[in-house]
Amino acid sequence: MTESLVRVRNLKIGATVYPPGGKPHDVEIVHGVDFDVRQGQVLGLIGESGAGKSTIGLATLAYGRGGVKIIDGEVWVNGRNILSTDLSDIRKLRGGEVTYVSQSAAASFNPAKQIMEQVIETSVQHGIYSKSQAESRAIDLFHQLSLPSPDTIGKRYPHQVSGGQLQRCMTALALCPEPNLVVFDEPTTALDVTTQIDVLAAIKRAINEIGVAALYITHDLAVVAQVADDIMVLKMGEMIEHGTTDQIINSPKEEYTRALVSVRSIDHPEKHPKGSPVLTCSNITARYRGTTFDVLHNVSLEIYPSQTLAVVGESGSGKSTLARTITGLLPPRDGKIMFDQRELSPDLPSRTLEDLREIQMIYQMADVAMNPRQTVGTIIGRPIEFYFQLRGKEKRQRVIELLDEIEMGKEFIGRYPAELSGGQKQRVCIARALAAKPKLIICDEVTSALDPLVADGILKLLLNLQSLENVAYLFITHDLATVKAIADSIVVMFEGKVQRYGRKSKVLSPPFDDYTDLLLSSVPEMRLGWLENVLATRKMESAGN
Amino acid sequence: MGLLAKLLAQRIALGLLLLFLISIFIFAGTLLLPGDVAQQILGQTATPEALANLRAKLGVNEPPIDRYLTWLGGLLTGDLGTALTSGQNINEALFRRLANTFFLAFWAAIIAVPLAIFLGLLAVRFRDRWPDKLISASTLSTISMPEFVIGYILMFILGVKLRWFSPTAVGYRPDADLLSRLDSIAIPIMVLTLVVLAHMMRMTRAAILNVMQSAYIETAELKGLSTFTVIRKHAFPNAISPVVNVVMLNLAYLVVGVVVVEVVFVYPGLGQYLVDHVTKRDIPVVQACGIIFATIYIGLNLVADLISILTNPRLRHPK
Repeated sequence: MTESLVRVRNLKIGATVYPPGGKPHDVEIVHGVDFDVRQGQVLGLIGESGAGKSTIGLATLAYGRGGVKIIDGEVWVNGRNILSTDLSDIRKLRGGEVTYVSQSAAASFNPAKQIMEQVIETSVQHGIYSKSQAESRAIDLFHQLSLPSPDTIGKRYPHQVSGGQLQRCMTALALCPEPNLVVFDEPTTALDVTTQIDVLAAIKRAINEIGVAALYITHDLAVVAQVADDIMVLKMGEMIEHGTTDQIINSPKEEYTRALVSVRSIDHPEKHPKGSPVLTCSNITARYRGTTFDVLHNVSLEIYPSQTLAVVGESGSGKSTLARTITGLLPPRDGKIMFDQRELSPDLPSRTLEDLREIQMIYQMADVAMNPRQTVGTIIGRPIEFYFQLRGKEKRQRVIELLDEIEMGKEFIGRYPAELSGGQKQRVCIARALAAKPKLIICDEVTSALDPLVADGILKLLLNLQSLENVAYLFITHDLATVKAIADSIVVMFEGKVQRYGRKSKVLSPPFDDYTDLLLSSVPEMRLGWLENVLATRKMESAGN
Repeated sequence: MGLLAKLLAQRIALGLLLLFLISIFIFAGTLLLPGDVAQQILGQTATPEALANLRAKLGVNEPPIDRYLTWLGGLLTGDLGTALTSGQNINEALFRRLANTFFLAFWAAIIAVPLAIFLGLLAVRFRDRWPDKLISASTLSTISMPEFVIGYILMFILGVKLRWFSPTAVGYRPDADLLSRLDSIAIPIMVLTLVVLAHMMRMTRAAILNVMQSAYIETAELKGLSTFTVIRKHAFPNAISPVVNVVMLNLAYLVVGVVVVEVVFVYPGLGQYLVDHVTKRDIPVVQACGIIFATIYIGLNLVADLISILTNPRLRHPK
């Protein structure tokens, strides 16, 4: 038996919580977890938010974020229990033996310093390499991670490179001091799928070549299946199942794991368009004030009553700008917006109350889209009062009806947003949009910030409400699985242009244009070897060209 | 580089425009001052004819617009005008006084700024523990006391009782050797330091604590760096802009706001010069002091802006 590099026994972690209105108190968030990581092994930690994945990952660096404290247990790294050594030893461990790659490299790089300086900082600080040795090692790593102009990229500042490149720089930062273990904390979650696949491939190649052990933390099983040797499933700070990647993906033992593997169970047959379109955009061109380039070029599309048009594309493709144009927040430079056979005035102030009522929005971040000092009743009641002049009992009655529609009881009327879970918050936002009885709701990445199982529930709710209220959705998302689940027709956007547009069945069937092909083939699939297959196919295609 | 140059040029142009507007305000403001310079010079017993003659001679009867334009023209050519009471050119007296004020402000700043930033860093390092609380409490209590009170207290203890330093600046001679000059302004320096310390220290603390919430500080901690290295290398460079702003405001205060301290310690600086001539209703001197103060104030804030722009990596290294 080989000696394990990391041995975690009975790890218990606590945190101080500050409930709204209540006294702060300590709770246990990880309840005794055990695991081992061997030299060169990649262990995937998977679970929904609140499962304790990041907290456990950071515990291998003897670190607690915010008010998080390790209460009990042992974390052995390289033969010593790091929870009982002194601070100077912990500092040698951090950045030397164990390194960390965070979800948002953009926020994790110091904006005031050059990339190279930050990448080599630990190696030099811990005396592992001299400055020049560390620099040449960093440049080797930039090559290995296929960064553009690897010899000079280190001289740039973080804001001068793209998000995907910065994420690879962060990986270089973690690998530079030749650590024994790297903790990857959702390293590709914030990236577009087409970027994610490159970063994923780069990370996987680097791990294999260097032979470093890793903890790979993610909520996305399809991603972890590509890089991990073993997977540990966590829920609410408890280990649910631990096995090889093959076993977890192909024959999960536990109910919860099966639910995670089979998520996205929604099957939505596409509906045929009936009647005349509720919204028609013709040749919309738009740009932001003070800039000199168009963000939208000649965008034309139609949405039919009680249907869903999904708008897909990467960040920067103009999806949200399209929503701003339709709502009147950004008047287009050119083009026409027809709503229900009448032309909408381009700017918000000259629209009628009726125009405003008929188009509502739901946002990605439910918690910042609500006033934290208003109760659920006030939040949902406001549009009822504003558009229908209902007050008192009538208003309350309508709020209860809406709460019922979003599958929440009337006991929520007096609660504040801080007392709700992420999914409940988004439901309240849906109720607020429905309260105006709109013909069209613009959903801007409404499930992106939610866990898969919760997101699934929200999508089902949206579909039910659609058939109930005959409302049309303009559904903006970067997630193709969501699109498949909910759309009737699809617009693929790229650099502000409509790349592909039509019925769902048509858009998702070959022959594809290059971009749609790239986009579709980049969506991780929950099977072993998917990443290698895609990369091999792409290599062959580019060799053929 | 074009963007940066454009921004800098914009700031400088704005500063000049502001200065022009302020010249109008100062001129209009001094017109509203009550009192009559001729009466002040000739005394209560002067005859109406004598007063009228003197007024005509001093040129205070001409229309305000003409007087403003003459004054502005003088300013642009570097001539601050002539004092009504003494008939002397203002430039010479004013710049001699200004040099004294700068001397005092310089030594106060040399002590106060590094001390404030160091105390701010210390407060962050021992955040919410006793050193932090002690620093906050003591600096806040000194800023809460009027500076003349602190001035008289220190004068009494250090100057009169202990006799460590000269109690007032009466003996100050600009041509004396440095040590005796410093001896005469030692207590004023302390007063000024105590007055400006709290503001700068609190801002340093707040700015760095704000930066300490960032993800890149967590990254730095997970690199195994010591707390002080994290603050010095990763937090401080990103907190420079707000700190520089408050430092410049306080430097401006050291030059412009020392009137009270100069009067308390009888220091021959610009503040005292101004106060003297306000009592004499000598408008040109008041105007000249006003415009000099405004120039220094705007100039220092301009420098703060420029430093903020220059330390912003996004502006210094555009994509």
